[in-house]
Parts: sequence; C-alpha cells; structure tokens
Amino acid sequence: MSTPARATAPALAVPALARARWRRYAAWLAAVLVVAVLPHVVTAPAAVPVMNQMGIAIVFALSYNMLLGQGGMLSFGHAVYLGLGGFIAAHALNLAARDVLYLPVPLLPLVGGLGGLFFGALFGSFSTRRAGTVFAMISLGVGELMAASSLILNAFFGGEEGITANRTKAPLLLGLEFTTDRQVYYLIAFWALATAALMYGFSRTPAGRMANAVRDNPERAEFVGYSAQRVRFVSFCASGFFAGIAGGLFAINYEILTAENMGLTASGAVLLMTYIGGIGYFMGPIIGAVVFTFLQSMLSDYTGMWLLYLGILFLATVLYVPAGLAGLLMMHAPAWRAGRFRRLLGPYALTALFGLVAAVGVIGLLEMVHFMAAASAARSTKRLFWMTVHVRTLWPWLAFAALLVAGAAGARRAAPAAAAAFNEASRPAGLP
Amino acid sequence: MTPAIELVDVRKSFGPTQIIRGVSLAIEAGTRQAVIGPNGAGKSTLFNLITGKYPVSTGHIRLKGESITGRRPYEINRRGLSRSFQVTNIFPWLSVFENVRCSLLWSMGYRYSFWHRVDNAADVRERAEVVLEQLNLTARRHVPAGMLSYAEQRALEIGITIAGGADVILLDEPTSGMSRSETEQVVQLIREVTAGKTLLMVEHDMSVVFDLADRIAVLVYGEVIAHDTPERIRASAAVQEAYLGVPQGAA
Repeated sequence: MSTPARATAPALAVPALARARWRRYAAWLAAVLVVAVLPHVVTAPAAVPVMNQMGIAIVFALSYNMLLGQGGMLSFGHAVYLGLGGFIAAHALNLAARDVLYLPVPLLPLVGGLGGLFFGALFGSFSTRRAGTVFAMISLGVGELMAASSLILNAFFGGEEGITANRTKAPLLLGLEFTTDRQVYYLIAFWALATAALMYGFSRTPAGRMANAVRDNPERAEFVGYSAQRVRFVSFCASGFFAGIAGGLFAINYEILTAENMGLTASGAVLLMTYIGGIGYFMGPIIGAVVFTFLQSMLSDYTGMWLLYLGILFLATVLYVPAGLAGLLMMHAPAWRAGRFRRLLGPYALTALFGLVAAVGVIGLLEMVHFMAAASAARSTKRLFWMTVHVRTLWPWLAFAALLVAGAAGARRAAPAAAAAFNEASRPAGLP
Repeated sequence: MTPAIELVDVRKSFGPTQIIRGVSLAIEAGTRQAVIGPNGAGKSTLFNLITGKYPVSTGHIRLKGESITGRRPYEINRRGLSRSFQVTNIFPWLSVFENVRCSLLWSMGYRYSFWHRVDNAADVRERAEVVLEQLNLTARRHVPAGMLSYAEQRALEIGITIAGGADVILLDEPTSGMSRSETEQVVQLIREVTAGKTLLMVEHDMSVVFDLADRIAVLVYGEVIAHDTPERIRASAAVQEAYLGVPQGAA
C-alpha cells in the first residue's frame, strides 16, 4: 500500500497556520502531561524500568528514522552511535565520580550526544556518498569494524565485562539525585521530550526538507543546487548526535555498557521497531519503540520464543502493513473525521476475533514444538494460556491445529466485509 | 557580449564510442534556442555535459564566461543554470508545494540550515505561491507530486527548473508525450517563464521549435552541422538531407 503520507503540510493561509501551530503546541503539552503522570498511574512493579527502557528506545528509534524514513538511508549499524555515545558517557561518568571533571548526571546525555556526533561525522564523511545498497553495506562494515575494535581496545570498551559506572557518585545539579528508577525516569522523560521536539524541528528546517527531497530523488536535488551527499551528511551527523544522547541515557539507566549494546543485534532491533511503528510518520518510531519494548519485556517473561514472535510481527508488517502501525492509524483519519469510525467497530471486531483464534492456534503449536525440542523428556505437561496441556498426546495438537484452521478461515471470510466497511467509511463526505 | 553558454571543441566518448565529436557552440544571452537532430544524435548527451551530469572527455564549457568544465551539477546550478529532464524527474512523495519550495531553498540562501523553520520563511512561501500560480497548480498543492497527471507533472518539472530564478534554462523535450492542446499550453508557459532569460531546448516537435526558437542548432552524429535562424535552417539543403534523410535536389 503506497500511502502518500510522507507529503507534509504545505504552507497554509495565515489563520490556518496559526491554528495548526496551536494544535501542535497542544499536542506537545499533552505529551508532557502524560509523561509526567505516567509513573503515578501505572504502578505495576516492573513498570518504571520498562518505561525507562521505552524512553531510551524512543530517542534511539527517532534518531534512526532521521536516516531511514526521512533520508532514505537504510542503516544496519546504527547501534554503533548509541554504543559509542554510551561508552563515552560511561567514561565521563566515572571521571565525574572521581572528581576529575565537574559533570552532573542530567548533563551526561549531552556528552554521549557529542560523542555520537563526532563518530557520526567521522563515519558519515565517507558512508553518505551514496544511498541505497552502498550505504547499507558500509553501515554493516562500520558495525563489524566497531565489533572487532571492541575486542582489541580493552581500555575503552572494557572487554567482555564492559564498562561499569555509578550514577550516584557524580556531583549533583540543583540537588537532583538519581538513586531510584523513578528519578531516572524523569530524567529520561525530559531528554526524550526535548530530543523528540528537536528532531521534529529538524524535519521542518531546510536541511530536513531537503533530506526528504534527496530521499525521493537525489539527482533532481543536485540540479536545484544541493549536494546530495552533503544533505545526507547533515542528517547523518544529527542522527548520530541523537543516538549518542540515547547512549548517554542508557549509561545512566543501566550503569553498564558492553560491546553487545553496539552490535548487530542492537542495530537490528532499532530497524525492527522503527519499521513496525512506521517510517513514513514522525510518530511511527515512537509507537514502534513503545510496542517493541513492551512486547520484548512482557513476552520474554512468558516464553523463550519471544524473538520469534517479534520476527513474525516484523514480517507481517513488511508484507501487509508497510506503512507500519502509525500508517494503520493514519489510514483511518478520513473515517474518523467523517464521523463514521463507529461503523467500523463491528466488522473489525469480528475479523479480529477470528484472527485471535488463529493466533491462539499458531502460538499453541509453536509453543508445543518449542517444548518438544527444549524440555526434558521426563516432563509431559506444559501451561499454555489458561490450561495444562499434555503435549505428548495427540489431542492438543489436533485442537490447536483446528483453532488455527477455523480462525484463519473465519478471518478470511470476515475480512472482505471489514475492508468494504473501511472503504465505505473513508469515502469523502458529500459523495454518494 | 559574453555568450550565456559556450562550448569549445567538446567531445564525449563512452568506451570506444564517440557520441559528441567536437561541438563548438555559442548561445547568446537572452535568446531562445533549440537543438534538433535525429534520434541518437547526442542531444541529451550534450545537455548532460553542459549541466555536469557527465564529465566531458575533452574540450571546455563556459557559463556566462566562467569555465564550468568538470563542475558538479549543484555547482553549475548555483551559478545560474537550471535544467529539466526528458523523463519526468520530480520529488514523487513530496507535495506539489513542497516540490517547488525545495527547488527554491538554495537559491534563496537557506543552504543546509538546520536552524531556520521553513514554515516561517515567508519569502520562500510567497515565491512558491507565485510559481504555483504560473504553473496553474495552486489547487493541486497538497497532492503528492507522484499522483499528478502526466501533463501536470511535466508542468511541475518546468516549475522546479525555473523556480530558483536561474537565468540560463535548459529544457529537454518539454512537450514529449503531450496532446496538441497540452503542447500549446506548455509552449505558452515556456514563453512566460523564460522571458528575458536564455533558453536552450531539445525538442522533437518542429512546430514548437520553429515557434519558439530565435536560432536553431542541428546536431547530427555528435556534430553541429548548422546553427542559424529558423528560416535559414528550414531552407538549408544540408539540414534537409542530414536530418530528414532527403537527398539534395530530390525535394
């Protein structure tokens, strides 16, 4: 589906422009309020650490989308800039703890950011010459280069143990202490909001607009006066800066960095979450980071196969919803504006119900396969959903297979009605 | 007076094949000129050499008296030369308005700025409005450029080319694939937007060429065999033979 939603709001008449601006301020204000009250509303024991992780992921994914969504640069090595920023921040934190330099914790992300900016400029100077496959290959190469360096440069990367730091020993700024997760939450929240606003602002500057233009057509950009390489380079440096800030937050939150944090897996994760969220929308990476982190932390409590499920989610996104979750939401904006959204609920619920049945079938089968492969031969039962399943008998296999078939068949039959309802609800007002 | 564009013995080879075989040509400033010639004569290649898409093999190219030989396209554009393409070459995901705005930013001095907000740049917005009005695309401003009709895309292509205010304009087959009435509209548009500027165009439609051009260069197998006024080009026996394949005296 080629939703042309990358197109951005053109200049409007002045009153409309002012109204749009107020609406934007209101959205940011709402975001600040939500973020401020969230830890008081969500009180599950592990909630704050997970939300801290989400905040870092949001900054990281937004910085990644400056490359992928805004600039058309597919990077397989973006964790390098989070990692290097994080290592530099961790070292700075250790120096601050020893009173070698005055650096309070709230400013530490800036140090990470400058580290990310430096390495972004260094590696960006040659990797931004071309977009496409060449850029992707170079990003992979730089990632491998850093992975190899991390094994050699022990003093900087700390070998297998990594670099540990202690955020409580740094000097205080305005008496702000960071001993609890909740204190760290507000620090991360501040930086996440500030960097999100800056990254949004960047997309509205000449450099940000031309990043879109170069993504669309680098040749044409060169014939209107812009060096495509320089445009990519500016985006790349900015992206490295914000990824480095995410690294600084990481160092504060976890107080440890290892080579793993800048490896291929970490780079893959940010690609997955950004894509799942939707690369064509500013909100996309935010949604993706929240959903991905939530699934990652929740699923890993329940199943050893959580990575498989995330992989399935990614595949499903690429195949069926290439505009991502944000695209899926935005698709419904016309129906919402026309006041016809409620008509969709029935057909959607029916399709979703069948989809859920099919998902239960798939998950049951996969979990039983996993059990057969991984559990010791002495065990024969497994808790699945709401029941105890005797995996080494035929019946549960048949039952889950039946659920899968029935759910899939039902969803197939219900989907056309849902699609028809969507088309009906989305047609412009005034048309018959 | 210094010519707007001057080519001195320009040659271009791709491998062993010489496509442009020693072209020397001077385009006077403020004139509208056309390059015609049979398919494969090297017209588009000549454009690509002048605009820096390809480097020349040997020879020199000067723009308003300054050498631009070996310069990159964006450097040449910054010196006031802008071009359109034979195959529509726009920013397909950006809105029509955004297409025009992006083609204005450099010429209006915004460079790689990441501290200006484009929405606050009233000068850019006003200029973009004027261009949209000229193109008759004001009503289509929100539409992603890739979704415009073919004729609208061709108009936008010209708009992107002229928006930045370049005084030397190269148009590569601006009317290709258009109906009679669409062609007339585009010719009118070209006449408007290139008033007072230097125009060099490649065009297959001879009525357009003879309508618009003050002078015509005839390119055959990488060589300029004639460069003269439309009347003399029409009357030239050598052009008749080389271009139309009619032997001398037969017609």
